[in-house]
Amino acid sequence: MTTIEKTHIEKHLIPILEKVSDPEIPVLSVLDLGVIREAIEEDGIVKIKLTPTYSGCPAMDMIGDDLKKAFSAIGKKAAVELVLSPAWSTDWISEEGLQKMEAYGIARPLSETKDKDALLGNQKLVKCPQCGSTQTHLISQFGSTACKALFKCDDCHEPFDYFKCLK
Amino acid sequence: MDNQSLYNYILGIADNNLILGQRLGELCGHGPNLETDIALTNIALDLFGQTRSYYQYAAKLSDIHKTEDDVAYLRKEREYKNVLLVEQPNTHFGFVIARQYLFDVFNYLFIEKLQQSKDETLSAIAKKAIKEVGYHKRFSGDWVKRLGDGTEESNQKMQEAIDSLWQYTNELFEMTETDDLAVKAGIGVHLSEVKENYYTEVSDLLKEATLAIPEKTYFQKGGKQGIHTEHMGYLLADLQYMQRTYPNMNW
Repeated sequence: MTTIEKTHIEKHLIPILEKVSDPEIPVLSVLDLGVIREAIEEDGIVKIKLTPTYSGCPAMDMIGDDLKKAFSAIGKKAAVELVLSPAWSTDWISEEGLQKMEAYGIARPLSETKDKDALLGNQKLVKCPQCGSTQTHLISQFGSTACKALFKCDDCHEPFDYFKCLK
Repeated sequence: MDNQSLYNYILGIADNNLILGQRLGELCGHGPNLETDIALTNIALDLFGQTRSYYQYAAKLSDIHKTEDDVAYLRKEREYKNVLLVEQPNTHFGFVIARQYLFDVFNYLFIEKLQQSKDETLSAIAKKAIKEVGYHKRFSGDWVKRLGDGTEESNQKMQEAIDSLWQYTNELFEMTETDDLAVKAGIGVHLSEVKENYYTEVSDLLKEATLAIPEKTYFQKGGKQGIHTEHMGYLLADLQYMQRTYPNMNW
């Protein structure tokens, strides 16, 4: 198993990678999410190193297949390898990705300390993606996928997903 | 450390995740309420994800079990090296939480140390898993407190669960021959380094939960040698059914 300390993505591959999205959050591309650690073309093969958000993320196999399909559509062969180290962090989600996520109805991850306070119910910090109020409370530490927790807004009363901080 | 010993060492870690994940998976759709149902199955998913990473690595080292599925599905009961704690069957929710908490604390302290393993793959898996397991421990610990310091009935049920599972805790720290080899090679964790912190952390939380710390008791062991409790056979029958009935099937 290899360790990738720094991302290396060849520019000409970006337009294709941008088209592949996370099946659980379709508005986010794999680049927005920061799960592509390396993408290089060598001897006619696109070699991609992919890292999971969570160990058991069921979307990983699908993302791997989607990447291969996206490249085969333009006549290129792709090889996808899973890397675990360094472990993915929510810091790797791009600012653009965070904005798309909020527009989609998922609250963006807070900083590590604030995240802890919010999840322990010590402070009301998570911003409702519907109305913008921070008068929200935790309903469930675990949400619809491993990366999210479930919150509810006390102002507009809408329940929503919160993307947990992972560092 | 030779491949066979390393393979055994990996299974000693991974089988705990697989078997506990299987127990939690049994609760899918049967949790006491929606939130806890989702939580328990999410934890199972994390454990399975970690197990896959370990088994994929193990499969590379084995001549017999060449894929992660072979490792998970095609071994016999005696070849599973999980501790007895994780195979104990689900009864009431307090029991499920007690089993989870007693394992989570160990798992966290263990993989915290495994991050420093000289084996790159094990260290990478540990660095990934530690973030997830920290969250599991927070969930199960919160529930131990909530139920322990809850109503008279929830306190009593939680106490019974802790009392009945306490006998399985000491096995977590039993050093096998494989553990010794792994420690010598700089790959493994010396479990005595984990033991003291474990009992301190657990005792502190039990006190906070107004639960009594069980008196010293006779401790059960055997899982690490493949000698399991009666429940294990039934669990494996369920777990392996599809592969045994339709060999080499794929999703």
